[in-house]
Amino acid sequence: MRRAVIAFTAFMGGLILVFLVGASTAWAEGEEVRGTLRLQGQPVQGVKITVTSDADAPVGDATTGADGTWSVPIEKSGSYKVTLDQATLPAGKALRDPNRGTLTVQVFEGNARNVLFGLVDANAPPAGQGDDGGGSSYWTRVAQLVFEGLNLGLIIALGAVGLSLIFGTTGLTNFAHGELLTIGAFLAFFFNTVLGLHLLIAAPIALVIAAAFGWGQDRFFWGQLRRRKTGLISMMIISIGLALFLRALLLFLFGGGGESYDQYVAQAGIQIGPISATPKSLVAMGIEIVVLIAVGLALTYTRLGKATRAVADNPALASSSGINVDRVIRIVWAAGTCIAALAGILLGTTQNLNFQMGQQVLLLMFAGVTLGGLGTAYGALVGSLVVGMFVQVSTLWIPPEMKTIGALVVLIIVLMVRPQGILGRRERIG
Amino acid sequence: MDWTLIISRAVEAGIGSEAIIYALAAIGLNVQFGYTGLLNFGQAGFLAIGAYAIAVTVATFGLPFFLGVGIGLLLAAVMALLLGIPTLRLRADYLAIVTIAAAEIVRLVVRSVALSDTFGGTDGLQAFSGSFYDMNPYPPGEYGIPPIIGFDNRSMWVLTVGWVLVAVASFILFMAMKSPWGRVLKAIREDEDAVRSLGKNVFSYKMQALVIGGVIGSLGGFIFALSRSAVQPDLFSTDLTFYAYTVLILGGAARILGPIVGSMLFWLLLIFIGTGMEEAVNSGAITFITVNQVGAIRLMLVGLGLVLLLIYRPQGIFGDKREISLDAR
Repeated sequence: MRRAVIAFTAFMGGLILVFLVGASTAWAEGEEVRGTLRLQGQPVQGVKITVTSDADAPVGDATTGADGTWSVPIEKSGSYKVTLDQATLPAGKALRDPNRGTLTVQVFEGNARNVLFGLVDANAPPAGQGDDGGGSSYWTRVAQLVFEGLNLGLIIALGAVGLSLIFGTTGLTNFAHGELLTIGAFLAFFFNTVLGLHLLIAAPIALVIAAAFGWGQDRFFWGQLRRRKTGLISMMIISIGLALFLRALLLFLFGGGGESYDQYVAQAGIQIGPISATPKSLVAMGIEIVVLIAVGLALTYTRLGKATRAVADNPALASSSGINVDRVIRIVWAAGTCIAALAGILLGTTQNLNFQMGQQVLLLMFAGVTLGGLGTAYGALVGSLVVGMFVQVSTLWIPPEMKTIGALVVLIIVLMVRPQGILGRRERIG
Repeated sequence: MDWTLIISRAVEAGIGSEAIIYALAAIGLNVQFGYTGLLNFGQAGFLAIGAYAIAVTVATFGLPFFLGVGIGLLLAAVMALLLGIPTLRLRADYLAIVTIAAAEIVRLVVRSVALSDTFGGTDGLQAFSGSFYDMNPYPPGEYGIPPIIGFDNRSMWVLTVGWVLVAVASFILFMAMKSPWGRVLKAIREDEDAVRSLGKNVFSYKMQALVIGGVIGSLGGFIFALSRSAVQPDLFSTDLTFYAYTVLILGGAARILGPIVGSMLFWLLLIFIGTGMEEAVNSGAITFITVNQVGAIRLMLVGLGLVLLLIYRPQGIFGDKREISLDAR
């Protein structure tokens, strides 16, 4: 066992080294107000931002750099007014709400306070908000939200399939699964921006490394714990410790700010019927659907897929009928991690990369898995799509910032009404 | 390297308000996880309820301080009931997922813009602790053992109330766990079906454990809010729960002194390592990291510590390996 832990530590150490080669870190020091001005992921340069104290005494000003960042150091905590000089905005760009050019923010001791200014493209009317209140625009919005929900649901499904298969075959509720998404996204980021490879080359390399990481994780860590007959609850808490460790490692290596890939950052939307979508999100959805169908077919028709389902059903029986259970589990880990990494990379093309990005969708993945039925791969697919759709469509009635709450409430209600989930079986719950 | 500063900070953290907050959170978890075997992953939500009950009652509605305390205790009990009803009959990991989701719901509600008039949004609430500090019997000044320990009179008041709460909660728990009631809880942890076959209402006992643990957690929330005179939603993220688990497992689950010693040691070590590394960076002894990365290293150590503890010493400092419910279904 000791050897195994040493091996695992060495494995992690190697991973750290890979990252360390050229990880860029942008740390802020002391108290300051800062921010990054972006429009559709593209930095906005040369905008003047002025900071004054609450009593309108000038504190300092800054101009956004080529990467859109700005920061103004301040001397003590307190309340400050941050003003964006709208005259300095480049042509075609405007504040989303022109009345919010001055924001009052509270800066706490020792904190760097991020200030966000929402920008819009002044030339293009915002999507899905043509005429207000009209019946057709309402349905346009519904269509748009269903589309976005499908997009989110597919990403959740990619993560949830691995989570569900690992649960099914080993009984482990893996709280570190969100970090697998983040690791995938940052591996691609490393090859993309640090080594300068095109994302289309960086992503496959990242996926291979992620699969190796998943394989190694089971070979050197979880497999050893299983052999020691570590309890399932114990393993669950160990996975939490691992999640804390991996998240902090990514924070250490890449810093707490948002990052983005070099390619496919900003794309103009194209109009398909009532829906406005970027080409990259259409391609991403295509990839997601293909991968999910492939996983489904593989589970149903290949020998390995059948073996996987057999192990999930009854490991002892599977083992006695000649299936190499450890090998199946290891492949499930590798494949699950690889798919999760793909989800992370695709998520990274639509939002900023952040060390918490995986953790933020972990609960949605749990919701999808639980809704579909713990341990059933098809259930995880269906459940995730429902969750993603629900999260987005619910913004018709509730504020967008509360959309996650809706999904979590539904998760709790489902457990009250039908604890085995949509496709689960009664016997698994008790 | 200023060793006096490092040791002073570490010792102060070991007996300071953080140690109290995590001790109370972990005592609550001890009732649920340590004695009864329930996996509550939403302890942060109970702390948030306690903290926000005081803050909202006083700062938003201008009502008396003790009413806020009462509301906090009541809401924590209600939340435990709401969570327990759907999940206590199900498998352990369902309770874990539901409680973690519930804690996130609490956090997302109090940080939402739509309700910021009541809860203060992401900035949280301030200016609610006046009547608590008006009760402070300590005259202004510095207290402690210079040069290592030094607290002002406000901190002294928080620490006094906090450690009294820890002592009272631990004493009640000590008596309760010696009683027949406590033995039923432990029996549920060991073999639920056996207890059921003896005619005990397992669901009811589990519910009682969940409520009591949640209420003790909300006490930690009170101290959290009062010691800082401010509440902010993102302080109550799921990491708080997991740190509390680390504290509990470090000290030893299913032991009265486990959470207390665990919390003191956790903070002592964390601040000692953190401040030590910061000092080393500032004095040039360590050059390959920046001061800001020290925070991330500290977090990595917590995660690594939790993993290693569970692999090599799941019973922690005081615990008994046979008594830890880590092998449940």
